[in-house]
Amino acid sequence: MKKLLVGFMMIVSMFAANWVAAAADLEVNTPAISALKASMQGRHGQLSPHYSAGAIGLTKDGMIAVKDATAVPLKDRGALNGLVSAENADRANLYKEIATANGHPEWQGDIQNTFAGRWIDKAQSGWWYQGAGGWVKK
Amino acid sequence: MRLSLVTGLGLGLAAVLSACVTINIYFPAAAAEKAADKIIEEVWQLKDGQQAPAEKPADTPAETPAK
Repeated sequence: MKKLLVGFMMIVSMFAANWVAAAADLEVNTPAISALKASMQGRHGQLSPHYSAGAIGLTKDGMIAVKDATAVPLKDRGALNGLVSAENADRANLYKEIATANGHPEWQGDIQNTFAGRWIDKAQSGWWYQGAGGWVKK
Repeated sequence: MRLSLVTGLGLGLAAVLSACVTINIYFPAAAAEKAADKIIEEVWQLKDGQQAPAEKPADTPAETPAK
């Protein structure tokens, strides 16, 4: 009986150790997250000049948006909108995948808010982002 | 004797489990920031956490984190 209890305790403490480790670091190495990262990385080369030109900017909710469409030639605006939509779809999926990969789908909003601040923090100077009162140049 | 042992173990178990629940209920903000930084650095291909020149996205290997 005692042996049984001790064994049970050991199993429980092993799980507890796993939970603690999971709390210390978020799981971000799933195939879905890697695929989204690769997709966004590939798109960034196309988005980058538009950030610098002020055509697009980082929103306060962790997405991107067209800030000044007149910064790109008329013929390229359709493509720009497509890039922005595709990027936002990837971002939304990324936040969702991180939340579900960690067993807490309800964390999606918190993760999105965290990313929102970090994207802006890591943005290059000259890029635009949404502050409390509107678009701000970094 | 046996009863008190079982009760003690039960209480210990309850303490361990409640600790786990406490850890998991709250959103781990620090861990999330760390994860976000890592992903952003990969997506934007930033080096050393600094702003990398974006003009030349060269032929860097796709998935290896810098650090």
